[in-house]
Amino acid sequence: MSFITGVGLTAYGRHEGSSSLDLMNKAAELAMADAGLTRAEIDGILCGYSTVAPHIMLATVFAEHFGVRPAYAHAVQVGGATGLAMTMLAHHLVEAGVVRHVLVVSGENRLTGQSRDASILALAQVGHPDYEVPLGPTIPAYYGLVASRYMHEYGVTETDLAEFAVLMRKHALTHPGAQFHEPITVGDVMASKPVALPLKLLDCCPVSDGGAAFVVSRERTGETGVRVRGCAQAHTHQHVTAAPALSDLGAEIAIARAKAASGVAISDVRYAAVYDSFTITLAMLLEDLGLAGRGEAAARVRSGYFGREGAIPLNTHGGLLSYGHCGVGGAMAHLVETHLQMTGRAGNRQVRDASIALLHGDGGVLSSHVSMFLERV
Amino acid sequence: MSESKPALADWTTGAEAIVYQSCTACGSSQYFRRSFCCICGAPDPVEKRASGEGTVYATSLVVRAATPETRAHVPYNIVLVDASEGFRMMAHGDSDLAIGEKVTSRFAQFAGRLVPYFSRRK
Repeated sequence: MSFITGVGLTAYGRHEGSSSLDLMNKAAELAMADAGLTRAEIDGILCGYSTVAPHIMLATVFAEHFGVRPAYAHAVQVGGATGLAMTMLAHHLVEAGVVRHVLVVSGENRLTGQSRDASILALAQVGHPDYEVPLGPTIPAYYGLVASRYMHEYGVTETDLAEFAVLMRKHALTHPGAQFHEPITVGDVMASKPVALPLKLLDCCPVSDGGAAFVVSRERTGETGVRVRGCAQAHTHQHVTAAPALSDLGAEIAIARAKAASGVAISDVRYAAVYDSFTITLAMLLEDLGLAGRGEAAARVRSGYFGREGAIPLNTHGGLLSYGHCGVGGAMAHLVETHLQMTGRAGNRQVRDASIALLHGDGGVLSSHVSMFLERV
Repeated sequence: MSESKPALADWTTGAEAIVYQSCTACGSSQYFRRSFCCICGAPDPVEKRASGEGTVYATSLVVRAATPETRAHVPYNIVLVDASEGFRMMAHGDSDLAIGEKVTSRFAQFAGRLVPYFSRRK
């Protein structure tokens, strides 16, 4: 078995003067204090990457800086799926007896450490260097392509997509650490500046500074245990040009494998934490995962299904769209929030029941997927 | 690429052509150049020049670009086209193209390079 024994999360937004290491440090301190562990007890470190400060050995750079001499350490790179991929690896490492406590950490000053253009340009390189990048696509354009097709096949509208931005903003309003604190309406989303149609500015997550960390352990360290019940991945392509048909994307494959690995059904899920780099990402993933019928996710948002009081509260911290997106840490915030909900520590955001949670991460252009079920024990 | 068969020049190297590869073993078409077929693994897929005919699979009109060179062209429409030869490619296209429309390629200058550009078939 493996347990998430501690979590740490900084506010997302501007951290003027903080380096990526500073933000990793801050989040790691919080997670270890939450787990009640000392540096000497951490024997494994997994970290993501920083586009602002790339390094070929970031995990050991961090370990030295932080003051840990782990028995196992390296970085992991699967784009937006990195956080859950690290959690999956940590789960298997502690289950296999390789280490007892893995510190999973990421942080990046992506907003203040480089220009927004530099961020957009760095991220666009997930495209094919010969056959895509010369055409001048951006990450929003890659997802804009997917959005146009999804809307075409399933009758989803731009107004439908706007609902997800509004919901994430509504949730962010209740979290002091979120990057955005002004309420928005569907009209605001529709009127926001076009970026890569059909996606507009408020359909896109922001660029943020921030850090997130958690500890994955063989034994629980506190009273309430949050256990990794099962997880799985799927990788179908890297470049959007090589993506399979919408009906064959990796989310459906990953969730099927995770259900088989965990014995959990979608009907058991009480809380959901789903990757939301763009409104279309969230809409598609909710439907691919089976949390809504095909083309019906927006209607479920409108009916309150994914709200704090709804049947399956979703990303109650505001998600990437409104809590913020600092790279690898972005989706790790989803897991931190899930942990707080599962352990009854979400304060004014607390949901009634988060006993079983489904988390899903996506990297690239719906290229790499990780599905994971957590259970309170 | 095997050394005995030089690559056909295409738009990625500045020539006015779209080139794809066809597997002699399993018949699959692939767009990204490799020295083998990514479906069956057979070596030396045959390079062929595409007709430039296809169907629009997806579109996204880029309004916010990330570099000064590309910003000079906004808005520009990024399209995925299913070529009649059975492979999918990314290109530019007319801003009003709709999914499912039949298109034909030409070539255009973009940010100092030659890129394939699709228009509605007449």
